[in-house]
Amino acid sequence: MLLPTSSVGRKLVMAATGQLIILFVILHVLGNATIYFGLLNAYAAHLHALPPLIWSFRIGLIILFSFHIYYGIVLTLENNRAKPQSYVMRNDLSATVAGRNMVWTGAVIGSFIIYHLLHFTVQITNPGLAAARHLDSLGRPDVFTMVVKSFQNFGIASVYLLSMIALWLHLSHGIQSSFQTWGLNSEQSFPIVKRLSALAAIVLFVAYVAVPVVIATGILK
Amino acid sequence: MNLTLYVWRQKGPKDAGRLVRYEAKDVSPDMSFLEMLDLVNEGLVRKGDDPIAFDHDCREGICGMCAQVINGIPQGPQKKTTVCQLHMRHFKNGDTIYIEPLRARAFPVIRDLVVDRGSLDKIIQSGGYISAHTGGVPDGNAILIPKDDADRAMDAAECIGCGACVAACPNGSAMLFTAAKVTQLATLPQGRTEAARRVCVMTEEMLGQGFGNCGNHYECQAVCPKDIKVQFIAKLNREFIKARLK
Amino acid sequence: MILDGKTPSGPLPEKWDKRKQEMKLVSPANKRKYRIIVVGTGLAGASAAATLGELGYNVESFCFQDTPRRGHSIAAQGGVNAAKNYPNDGDSIYRLFLDTVKGGDFRARESNVYRLAQVSGSVIDQAVAQGVPFARDYAGYLDNRSFGGAQVSRTFYARGQTGQQLLLGAFGSLMRQIRVGSVKLHPRTEMLDLVVVNGEAKGITVRDLVTGEVSSHAADAVCLCTGGYTNVFYLSTNAAGSNVTATYRAFKKGALFANPCFTQIHPTCIPVTGDHQSKLTLMSESLRNDGRVWVPKTKGDSRAPGDIPETDRDYFLERKYPAFGNLAPRDISSRAAKEVCDEGRGVGPGGRGVYLDFANAIGRLGEGTIRERYGNLFEMYGQITAENAYQQPMRIYPAPHYAMGGLWVDYNLESTIPGLFVLGEANFSDHGANRLGASALMQGLADGYFIISYTIANYLARATPGAVTTNHAEFLKSREDVACFTSKLLAINGKRTVNEFHRELGRLMWENVGMARSEASLKSALSLIPRLRAEFWENVKVTGTGTELNQELEKAGRVADFLEFGELMALDALHRNESCGGHFRVEYEMPDGEAKRDDENYCYVAAWEFKGVDKAPELHKEPLTFENVKLAVRSYK
Repeated sequence: MLLPTSSVGRKLVMAATGQLIILFVILHVLGNATIYFGLLNAYAAHLHALPPLIWSFRIGLIILFSFHIYYGIVLTLENNRAKPQSYVMRNDLSATVAGRNMVWTGAVIGSFIIYHLLHFTVQITNPGLAAARHLDSLGRPDVFTMVVKSFQNFGIASVYLLSMIALWLHLSHGIQSSFQTWGLNSEQSFPIVKRLSALAAIVLFVAYVAVPVVIATGILK
Repeated sequence: MNLTLYVWRQKGPKDAGRLVRYEAKDVSPDMSFLEMLDLVNEGLVRKGDDPIAFDHDCREGICGMCAQVINGIPQGPQKKTTVCQLHMRHFKNGDTIYIEPLRARAFPVIRDLVVDRGSLDKIIQSGGYISAHTGGVPDGNAILIPKDDADRAMDAAECIGCGACVAACPNGSAMLFTAAKVTQLATLPQGRTEAARRVCVMTEEMLGQGFGNCGNHYECQAVCPKDIKVQFIAKLNREFIKARLK
Repeated sequence: MILDGKTPSGPLPEKWDKRKQEMKLVSPANKRKYRIIVVGTGLAGASAAATLGELGYNVESFCFQDTPRRGHSIAAQGGVNAAKNYPNDGDSIYRLFLDTVKGGDFRARESNVYRLAQVSGSVIDQAVAQGVPFARDYAGYLDNRSFGGAQVSRTFYARGQTGQQLLLGAFGSLMRQIRVGSVKLHPRTEMLDLVVVNGEAKGITVRDLVTGEVSSHAADAVCLCTGGYTNVFYLSTNAAGSNVTATYRAFKKGALFANPCFTQIHPTCIPVTGDHQSKLTLMSESLRNDGRVWVPKTKGDSRAPGDIPETDRDYFLERKYPAFGNLAPRDISSRAAKEVCDEGRGVGPGGRGVYLDFANAIGRLGEGTIRERYGNLFEMYGQITAENAYQQPMRIYPAPHYAMGGLWVDYNLESTIPGLFVLGEANFSDHGANRLGASALMQGLADGYFIISYTIANYLARATPGAVTTNHAEFLKSREDVACFTSKLLAINGKRTVNEFHRELGRLMWENVGMARSEASLKSALSLIPRLRAEFWENVKVTGTGTELNQELEKAGRVADFLEFGELMALDALHRNESCGGHFRVEYEMPDGEAKRDDENYCYVAAWEFKGVDKAPELHKEPLTFENVKLAVRSYK
């Protein structure tokens, strides 16, 4: 039961971990919003003032991601094996680019998360900007400056933008898919669920890219 | 009308196979797709060539034996229609048509467009039935079934086992096929007794037969000639959860 | 030869119980020692194999399709009859029996038909238990509809796919037995010979359709459930693969073939559109519940149907048969349609068609109700003809549909070869000269679920299990014969395709041995068929080899048998100097055009014995005695 071997069981793990990760994605973007109100440094300081909370969060996320990635790969390998030969003439009626490339958008997101952690959490990709070494006027790590200066770099902003496109694609298939996997789907709700999850994916995408975009375009300094 | 066909020719399971070009001449719009192939085949036989092998039987859209991939779409471009019921009036003079066999690891090619779909039978064998003995059953009206349930079971029971869903699925999954049977039997009171066991063994057998996992792409529903809905897959998932929580 | 129907004595309602009491049983421990071959996996074959497997016998099931779920029973649309009398409208076992005997124009064996009516209720119960989703009313009870040839509502249905649902029910049971190992399945395997050892059926020789390998299977009994032969007409409502080969080769091995001329021409099929056509599509007879059949009153009326006013329409079934109207039995409706077309009043391309009009019913019940009842049929009609039957009447025309004739069997379903049992459409027993709608499904399942299980035990109890193996000389010879037949076909390398021969045979049969037969037409058929057959064996072209999947070769073997069988049909039709049911001889008609039966001279089953190709078969007669019904002129007026 803990490590499901059945097809549906593993997909349920994918759906469950995916949905929990989406909750984190939503929390994260809400946290990001503090930057517009000049509260980013305060928010960061608050988080770090509670090590048990932050660490349980981190451990939880590591577990969720491990399962999600592991079963994502297992399922993909099995699926590829089940379809060894493709059609000369392929014609998709309802499968989408997003749906067909979940493992690749997942891989992009995974790589991005590693980079993102090295960049803003461990802060070793751009040591010159590391918040840990630059305090603000109140003596807190100056996360705000680190973020702003990073995204003023066009290369870094592009990496974030492209990765968020991958997230958007991943979620546009993943959200509705997770509802179907849980069986939360009827003929009446199906079109609505599909549309709402497409909308949710776009909203999250816009919310995430807003920060690098407003900084790179000089709106937020 | 005249058409150009690219047809998958493969002598046997071990042969590599390739697309071969044929010209179909004087095709009548009233012909079914299979009758068009009959015409091409008669020409091939007269020339002494091997005709194109393809499965077919009832030719009225119910036996599920004919199923080919036409221009990339299993069971052809006409919605809710099997190949035998697809008529040539839906094509235009001069069209080019690609015809390939259903493709999935669980459906090895036997010859040309003929594939082995025995793996679907294996899924049914694992538990896709109610274990009623012959004789000794109660009167038909002893089991009352709400009309909505009977109708829903019938919606699911319409599956003809053609395998188009598997062929269309990017993952080669037989989830729609399995779900249709699970839903039919789980919706009826007679089938509840075995419902929990059934959903578990059938999905397990599906994987064991080399089918992939459902990726919720819904290609299966899009090509299904009998309009079997992916909501039945959701129902299967619910049945699975219920079975595991027991 | 004296044909003994082995009907039990005693009053009709007690015969089956009496027989069940008399028959020997095989003990549970011994059952697995007996091997039974079941050929065909339609309703009769699937239900028989599943039931016998469940009882503990060692069953081998064969079908030429890729899976047993594709038997052509799957295409039956309308429903299955049973004398349940749920609607309380006066039905009873006796009435179902009576309707069936009368519907068959008094050419069926009384005792068999009565038993069929007796077990009909159990068929429904069995199907429900298996999860067949029959139509239900809002209270949750089983729903019934009426069908041709009956004045009560006794037909159970699952939308327009009753055959499919019943077959999938039986298929499920078969799959269950395969899983537990009591049944071994051989798909894509075609029976090409029956092996008879010391006068008893002991096995079959088959060709693996994938590898071409010819092999034999020995058993203690053989059940043929291989369906009907109406593909002898080339264009019929049967599946492309439906064939006479299994029963015909059993005939060649000594089983008698009964009433081959009794074929049913179904009135509601989609008319032919052109030479390319490979099959005719049936529209369920249930359509006649709400559709009204008509043609224009005047010859050559080329107006669109909607422009023809009521006064210029001839609702000929309602006019001729006021009591049954559009629900007159199949043979009668078909012939009436042919008549009006012969008069030049037919509609559609070629003038071979009549209208089936729903305008009235749509006006009365609304399009929604009609869509719910027949939606899939209207869709199918639209796909084939590109016409919308909600807006204009359908065009229909009769087409060959079902074979009442088949291998002769006694009350125990055993043929004249001991150990060879014949079930479902493949036998001749229950439908006489005409089958009523929704009775084929009933018979196939009754034979497979509830009859063979008793009667086969009675035979097996007297046999030593595993007495013969495939090393027996008869098996060796059978394999050689089959291999020889195959190589002979491949060696001809002529100029004409198998399909051309089949089409020509079909046209010949339809014109001369079809809906209306005359002495002249039958004699002409009898001279034309051997000629066509001779040409076939000189000029057919079969490509490929025998050691691969070779669909041309499969077809060639079947057509070769049809080319012999057609002659038998014509001969039977010629000898039967009367009109009855589906067999209509133009010389024998009443002044009003109805069939004129001759009970004095032809109240018997004509069972033919094979004497060699190009040799006349020998006729044996089983007199039909009717103790419980009065032979009467069948009237539906």
